[in-house]
Amino acid sequence: MDSFRLWLHGHGNGEAVFPLSLQEISLSKLDFSIVIERWADLLHGVLFTLALSATGIFFALVIGVVGVAMRRSGSRLVQVPVIMFVELIRNTPFLVQIFFLFFALPLIGIRLGPTVTAIIALAINGGAYSIEIIRGGVDSIPRGQVEAGAALGMSRRQIFSDIILIPALRSIYPALTSQFILLTLTSSVCSSISASELTHFAQRIESETFRSFEVYFTITGLYLLISWLIMAALSALGNRHFSYPNQ
Amino acid sequence: MKAANMPSEKQLSVSDNEVLIELKNINKWYGGFHALKDVDLTVRKGERIVLCGPSGSGKSTLIRCINHLEEIKDGSIRVAGKEIDKAAKSIEAVRREVGMVFQSFNLFPHLKVIDNCTLALRRVKGIERPEAEEIARKYLDRVHILEQADKHPAQLSGGQQQRVAIARALCMEPKVMLFDEPTSALDPEMVKEVLDTMIGLAEDGMTMICVTHEMGFARQVGHRVLFMADGEILEETTPSEFFKNPQHERAKAFLGEILAHH
Repeated sequence: MDSFRLWLHGHGNGEAVFPLSLQEISLSKLDFSIVIERWADLLHGVLFTLALSATGIFFALVIGVVGVAMRRSGSRLVQVPVIMFVELIRNTPFLVQIFFLFFALPLIGIRLGPTVTAIIALAINGGAYSIEIIRGGVDSIPRGQVEAGAALGMSRRQIFSDIILIPALRSIYPALTSQFILLTLTSSVCSSISASELTHFAQRIESETFRSFEVYFTITGLYLLISWLIMAALSALGNRHFSYPNQ
Repeated sequence: MKAANMPSEKQLSVSDNEVLIELKNINKWYGGFHALKDVDLTVRKGERIVLCGPSGSGKSTLIRCINHLEEIKDGSIRVAGKEIDKAAKSIEAVRREVGMVFQSFNLFPHLKVIDNCTLALRRVKGIERPEAEEIARKYLDRVHILEQADKHPAQLSGGQQQRVAIARALCMEPKVMLFDEPTSALDPEMVKEVLDTMIGLAEDGMTMICVTHEMGFARQVGHRVLFMADGEILEETTPSEFFKNPQHERAKAFLGEILAHH
């Protein structure tokens, strides 16, 4: 019971350990000028997060497509590494993955900067989930499509890339889009290795000014904006490539 | 022209031609189900064969073995002098000689009609796009659907889609065309346009194997009718003989069923 109370309330003898009680946050005391003063840092953070997410999404998509192609190959030797990769990534926390890349790899001589580490971590994490999503799309393609390609003399690889891939991506595009939005939001975890994305700047501004509410209120809005931008970009991409009429 | 004389005239015209397809002792199993039992089939250049029989008799399976969409347990398959073995290369080589039209069209939904036709030309034969499009236009024109070249399959009717599928197969300039119930999925009013296209092909001398229940078509263009049941070819004769004088009980029952509906 004691340990339960400790878990629930922390070490404060049963009292919650919030720094401020709710009454202390009143509109008259809010001061957003500090946020406005640091607009350049925040803009830098937004642009960096956008670039980080877009790069991560691009490579996640590449990993997803290549992974599914490997998964469909006839050889167990090619399939098994993909299955293991997906299992490993989907069943471990992202924070641990990024720490592993950033802190553990240097011990075996691979030293990566925070930005590169962040991109790799987002790409492999998003890629593992993409493999499973895209695989579902590929499975939904009627067998007749594959047979039509085969009957024309096309190879397995050509059938995958020219016949199956686009309809498969189209069928799971909404799920893939929400996975990529999740990737965008997960990029905030990269602040833990000081990649200079939006949350990193927010933490810095907050620690210098102690204006927690104003700072986090602002970046909440900014993340909403970033998500909308990414979603708009993905939907434009989808309209461009997947807008053919269907039966 | 006397209809009764047609089959023998047709038969005479191809009996000396080279052998295009030679199936020997084909056996195919689906688990414990013996789908094809020691089937032999020889098809000569220019010959038009109609395969019919009750559903589950193995007729679709048989033509799907010819281009290795179905793997056989034993037996040998030679198409245009090329033997199919386990190697992907030999399978792809045979498939280049064989065009196939499916019951459900199987057009690629994300590609325009013209691109459906040029895809294999570009990928398999390595022909550049302008030349591939020229070939595609020629065959789309031949099935009278050139004006739809820039549409997507979903914008066409079933009959139009099936004609595009025929054009797509013809683009590869195959030596033989396989038709797997090409009109079964069509609304009745669209059956004729597809059959007319196939009759046109027949008149141009295309070697064809058609799985179909269109007995009028069989009578008009077939050199031979093969009647299958339970994975065996029970009867093999000219269309007029088959309709006039079926030998096997199963064939009589089958014709009774089919003709009752026509």
